[in-house]
Amino acid sequence: MLENVSGINSSTVLWYASRATGVVALLLLTAVMLIGLLVSRQGRLPGLPRFAVTGLHRNLSLLAVAFVAVHVLTAVVDGYVDIPLTAAVVPLASPYERLWLGLGAVSLDLTVAVVVTSLLRRHLSRRVWRAVHLLAYASWPIAWAHSVFSSGDLRHGWLFLLAVACAVVVVAAALWRVAAAARDVPRAERVGQLMSALHHPMSALHHRAPDAPRHRAPERTGHP
Amino acid sequence: MTTATQGTPAEDTATRLPRLLPRAGQRPEDWHAHTARHGRLPYRDRPGDLILDVSAAGLTGRGGAAFPAHRKLSAVLDAADKRRRAPVVIANGAESEPASDKDATLLWLAPHLVLDGLQLAAEAVGADAAILYTHADRRNDVGRRIRQAIAERAAVGADRVPVQLAEAPPRFLSGQETALISHLAGGPAIPAFMPPRITERGLAGAPTLVQNAETLAHMALIARRGPRWFRQVGTRTEPGSTLCTIRRADGAPRVAEVPLGMPLKSLTGELGPGRAVLIGGYHGTWVSAADAMRLTLDNQSLGAVGARVGAGILIAPPPDRCGLIETAAVVRYLALESAGQCGPCLNGLPRMAAALTEIAVGKQRRQTQADLERWAGLVTGRGACHHPDGTARFVRSALITFAAEVDLHRRGRCSGSSRHPFLPIPRGSAQTEEDWM
Amino acid sequence: MSEKLLVNPIECKANGACAELLPEMIAQDEWGYPIVDGRPIPPALERDARAAVSACPTLALRLLRS
Repeated sequence: MLENVSGINSSTVLWYASRATGVVALLLLTAVMLIGLLVSRQGRLPGLPRFAVTGLHRNLSLLAVAFVAVHVLTAVVDGYVDIPLTAAVVPLASPYERLWLGLGAVSLDLTVAVVVTSLLRRHLSRRVWRAVHLLAYASWPIAWAHSVFSSGDLRHGWLFLLAVACAVVVVAAALWRVAAAARDVPRAERVGQLMSALHHPMSALHHRAPDAPRHRAPERTGHP
Repeated sequence: MTTATQGTPAEDTATRLPRLLPRAGQRPEDWHAHTARHGRLPYRDRPGDLILDVSAAGLTGRGGAAFPAHRKLSAVLDAADKRRRAPVVIANGAESEPASDKDATLLWLAPHLVLDGLQLAAEAVGADAAILYTHADRRNDVGRRIRQAIAERAAVGADRVPVQLAEAPPRFLSGQETALISHLAGGPAIPAFMPPRITERGLAGAPTLVQNAETLAHMALIARRGPRWFRQVGTRTEPGSTLCTIRRADGAPRVAEVPLGMPLKSLTGELGPGRAVLIGGYHGTWVSAADAMRLTLDNQSLGAVGARVGAGILIAPPPDRCGLIETAAVVRYLALESAGQCGPCLNGLPRMAAALTEIAVGKQRRQTQADLERWAGLVTGRGACHHPDGTARFVRSALITFAAEVDLHRRGRCSGSSRHPFLPIPRGSAQTEEDWM
Repeated sequence: MSEKLLVNPIECKANGACAELLPEMIAQDEWGYPIVDGRPIPPALERDARAAVSACPTLALRLLRS
């Protein structure tokens, strides 16, 4: 009934929905990456309890996956362009924008692997879980490339600025994380450092040991 | 060459000692001397068979933990069956306790007994690989002897499972089971956190048996002479003989093979009041001479004062040494030897060392002793290994046994007249990751 | 089926999220490291225990079936 009135039809709605949910998914995944980098340094989000960091990381990632799911399904169902369902997970299976959609499929595959192994963490060894989780470092840039190049949306106007901002922020956070890790006291030097500190007057007895990563003094020293 | 000499008189026929160590004199036993004295390696040709004998004999680990040897063997055999993976057996000769010399002495004087035991243990659990792990520091003494021994055995085809020789870095934790395996796997010799236990999943994921070198030597004799023979010395609940490293006032270490249950005073000599004995090495317990003179070398007796036989180390410093100063120096060493992986150990041990130093130099504050007690409690049981536990035990026993000395020091005095360190402490500490490899 | 809490002391970096979620069974020592009650977890605290395990950023806290 609403067909062809001012050029909007159900197909167009689905197509726009796919593009919109795609942008939101990218933003959510960016947030997940940032919080994930914080988790890897046992960092805190100001004003929030400590358990909120891992909690947000998990919840936002599940929300991101939900948005990706809607993004993919609306793109497949809508008839504007022909995208087979398999193209969601099989790279290069879509005749439309073969390469860039293919990247989307790769990113989705990696993301699903990361999420599933995290949900099943209890049954996996630490080494396996960690190896798969590191794939996120590949998944995000691939998702970003897919977002920017599979349609012109993110290459114009404020969406372009948004895309650039996401990239800048993730790269900066990743660099921060690497730099912070490089400043950690190597394991073999930790005890030596604390022993030297303790040879100075008693004030040093109240300092925390130079664990990796560097900590501020705990809120509760509980020291008499 | 270690300065160890045999402490007991030439063969005691009544109790048929020594068993492991060669009779009178110090000549290392080569293959001929070994087979002439003990006979050839009695393979059972059936995995698991030896375990029954070891169980009947009541052999417990001589590395310090005194864990029943048959249970370790069974655990590895069961894991191997369940997972269908050939196990690895490792003879632990790392002896990283500075005050202990018994494993180095055993490997020097009777390497074939240890190597026999290694083969028999390998057969019992169905292992296809065997490793002998020795301490790098003493390698000059022992490594060449062992390679010679392995070559002698190869010449006569004595070994069914090939034996590799590996060396441990000179760290206190090198002999710890999981640290040993970490090192053999190519990493630093730092402990790992179990579960799963190494008997389930150890080196390269295979079920792994880590057995002290002396324990394997006993096994080699049990396999030849049987469990009843083994029980002819020792006590009913703690049978057999054990190697001890004894240091008396002159400081020279003596390694002796003694029956469990032997009165401590026969080993340390008569000690007057005011003196103390360190039983069990640097993770052991200081005991007053008064107590020590009525104790025997078995866990049942020593348990009454909170001590354990451990790796058979007995040290009786001369009266001119201050027990607190000696203890403070050792705890500083123990702190520096922490792997630094676990928060409580990393934080607690250096602080305990600093506090003990305060007491030793007469600068203790009002809360120093309370701090020490609290930290000893905080570190116990909260690390990946028992290094903090052992250190805490050592510290607490010093505070108890030397309580009068603590008071003296608080008043600026000290009963010791010699500042020359008595307890042996290796020089140099680990500075970089390389020092742990 | 009872479960117990277990800390991997090598992975633990004293973040403290666990102590926030399960103060009934996890306290922090003077350096921030967890002191864990090793007894079986009472049914009423099971959900909080699972949350604490999930909240650890280094995956140091585990539940052990006993």
